[in-house]
Amino acid sequence: MTEDCDGEEKDEETRRWSPGQGSSSRGGGSGAAASSPLKTRCVRGRVDQAPPFSGQVLENVLENVLQFLACRRDRNAASLVCRSWYRAEARTRLELFIGNCYAVSPARALGRFRCARALVLKGRPRFADFNLVPVGWGARFSPWVAAMAAAYPWLERVCLKRMTVSDADLALLARSFSSFRDLTLICCDGFGTPGLAAVAELCRNLRVLDLIDNDVEDEDEEVVDWISRFPETATRLESLSFECVNCPVNFAALEALVARSPSLRRLRVNQHVSVGQLRCLMVRTPQLTHLGTGSFETVPAADGAAELDVAELESSFVASKSLVCLSGFRMVAPEYLPAIYPVCTGLVSLNLSYAVTTAEQLKPVVLQCHNLQTFWVLDTVGDEGLRAVAKTCKHLRELRVFPFEATEDSESAVSDAGLMAISEGCQKLRSILYFCQRMTNAAVVTMSKNCQELVVFRLCIMGRHRPDHITGEPMDEGFGAIVMNCKKLTRLAVSGLLTDKVFEYIAKHGKLVRTLSVAFAGNSDLSLRYVLEGCHKLQKLEIRDSPFGDAGLLSGIHHYYNMRFLWMNSCKLSLRGCKEVAQRLPRLVVEVFGDHNKDLDSDAVEKLYLYRSLVGPRDDVPSFVKIL
Amino acid sequence: MEAAASSVKDGGDLRDTELRLGLPGTEAPEKPAAPSTRGSKRALQEDDDMESRANSRPLEADSGEAPAAKAQIVGWPPIRSYRRNSFPPRKVESEAEAEAEAEAAGLYVKVSMDGAPYLRKIDLKVYKGYKELREAMDNMFKCFTQGEVSRKEGCSSGSESAITYEDKDGDLMLVGDVPWEMFISSCRRLRIMKGCEVRGLRTRQYS
Repeated sequence: MTEDCDGEEKDEETRRWSPGQGSSSRGGGSGAAASSPLKTRCVRGRVDQAPPFSGQVLENVLENVLQFLACRRDRNAASLVCRSWYRAEARTRLELFIGNCYAVSPARALGRFRCARALVLKGRPRFADFNLVPVGWGARFSPWVAAMAAAYPWLERVCLKRMTVSDADLALLARSFSSFRDLTLICCDGFGTPGLAAVAELCRNLRVLDLIDNDVEDEDEEVVDWISRFPETATRLESLSFECVNCPVNFAALEALVARSPSLRRLRVNQHVSVGQLRCLMVRTPQLTHLGTGSFETVPAADGAAELDVAELESSFVASKSLVCLSGFRMVAPEYLPAIYPVCTGLVSLNLSYAVTTAEQLKPVVLQCHNLQTFWVLDTVGDEGLRAVAKTCKHLRELRVFPFEATEDSESAVSDAGLMAISEGCQKLRSILYFCQRMTNAAVVTMSKNCQELVVFRLCIMGRHRPDHITGEPMDEGFGAIVMNCKKLTRLAVSGLLTDKVFEYIAKHGKLVRTLSVAFAGNSDLSLRYVLEGCHKLQKLEIRDSPFGDAGLLSGIHHYYNMRFLWMNSCKLSLRGCKEVAQRLPRLVVEVFGDHNKDLDSDAVEKLYLYRSLVGPRDDVPSFVKIL
Repeated sequence: MEAAASSVKDGGDLRDTELRLGLPGTEAPEKPAAPSTRGSKRALQEDDDMESRANSRPLEADSGEAPAAKAQIVGWPPIRSYRRNSFPPRKVESEAEAEAEAEAAGLYVKVSMDGAPYLRKIDLKVYKGYKELREAMDNMFKCFTQGEVSRKEGCSSGSESAITYEDKDGDLMLVGDVPWEMFISSCRRLRIMKGCEVRGLRTRQYS
């Protein structure tokens, strides 16, 4: 008993002196003190039992060292050394990253990591963004926020991606954590303005409220003026992004909010804010670093009779000397675009992917953006626009070219010529996402040779099964060159006419590839076998509409425990094959689903989603999902 | 006329050499995709089910099903719905079809000249502007104008003529007032008026 008390005191002292721990007196994770029910399950027997005194001193020292370890992969490695390290690491992990919300239960995760201040949680598989996962599949935030409300009173940050978050969840979040400061929601759904109002009103220390690409649902009658709910006193807001909130906001309240937020550095407004209103906001916050401009056009109802003079708008940009990141431009009126010239040389990131601009309109802007590192644009600028980018943006690291008309047989103004130009001009490129209709192996090969820093290569030839438009060959050689020459590549998305050959290349050379997206590709199970046997670092594999069957699926049995997930839809899988995988890998959750009116006798599997899990089949399975 | 012939020829050549996977002779319809569904997610879900059933085996589709396979595929190209909904499709499907038909057919209108024994037809699409149209019409009716001069009495030399057209409301209008594009879309037939009637028209116009 005495030993334990001594141990605990020492623990306390260490805690008081170590930065970042705060003054929480919850005590160490020693088994003697609290009798919380969360402590019961653990992987390696009674890990939480207090070690002898000398061991505990060592652990305290270790904690002081480990707290500096930020990278979660390093932390995972450290936790495997021995029990002592496991405990020390668990106590010092501040950010909890859970890549698949169903891989672990809230109880288990929160039980191991008692002192986390931040949670990053991802739910649905990425193909849900493209309507391939039926509504109601799962990934609800409710069980997590309920568990955290009890276990983490000092929680500060939450970042959710592809989760379903209800207004009630947001209200509970706002009420439960007095130090809460950062909320980031990406591609989530299930909430509306009432939830936002709760967050605004109750999170007194809120610094970041970033809403990115969420589906914010509001019945017209229920829209709440959430902007007005922020406290009347000066706020600590540093970042406010609500581009995806589709209803108009109370502008007077927004302007007042911005005026009383001296720390505000990032502001991204929605398209209901007109360019005239934007100017008012910019006048209030000349110290912004990140600006999302809203519509960037005159909205007569909003601006009254007077139309904003371009010179006036330009002067606002002149005054915003710190701007490094610009986005928005949702309905950009071309005559206003020149107003941003004064900030172009300082821009590091520019997102024009919602702005329908031509090459002629783009050139004067981009030719001044010498320091641009991230550029998102619509394909309406054409190969000519991309040539201008290649000419000026020598430090470009990330390029995304989105299609204006996202259909299979649309006309796209960008092609292999644009890709070639970019590869020649932007040799520091690390990440590219390129939508087009016409591509050649030659252009892709050239990019593979010029852009050796490529980490992410995603090429989407929108017409399915399209070959090289000059030679008529499959696109195998192009993608093959990418995996061969870009030695740092970790993420790859393929498209166009592809045979088994390209997967042979990927397996042979893509040794660092962690994420692979495949659509309408390959000839046979060989493709899947190559990838599963050759890509040792593969974590996430998503496949659609490709002729891969059970044989291919079974060839990955040795690897599925090392992966976060495998998704396959509209392939040639059967129940038999999927059941066999489920049988042979008990810690894998194998979900099979498809249409609501699924014929249970049919052996063909329309959609498969399998993932490793520490807690077995989830208990919130909807009717259209069958766990094998 | 020549311009029209060559453009058709070029179009045909391109189609011949276009690289497609369908069997030769099967033409995929040039329809743009149906407007993306907005609004409630439930609607999307139903579409989901129907589409995925229809498109689950695209590679096995034989030539007969090629048009069906070209119909909208769920989630392809892979764009988030938020982005897709930001740019509503340019044409509603039925309008696009009508336009496509019109484009293929050309815009043929009857041309009559006062006193000529028979009418002609011309393709308005072929001309870039009024000047070309006038020249073409002069050429077309050249053989008739010489005869006109002697027959009409009380009028000045036969060069006095005006080109008029009947618009979609049925009114007789003077050619040349409105922009070319607007003219093409509203013109239903052309009429070359000669002599006294023309003078009458002119007088009315300038009074």
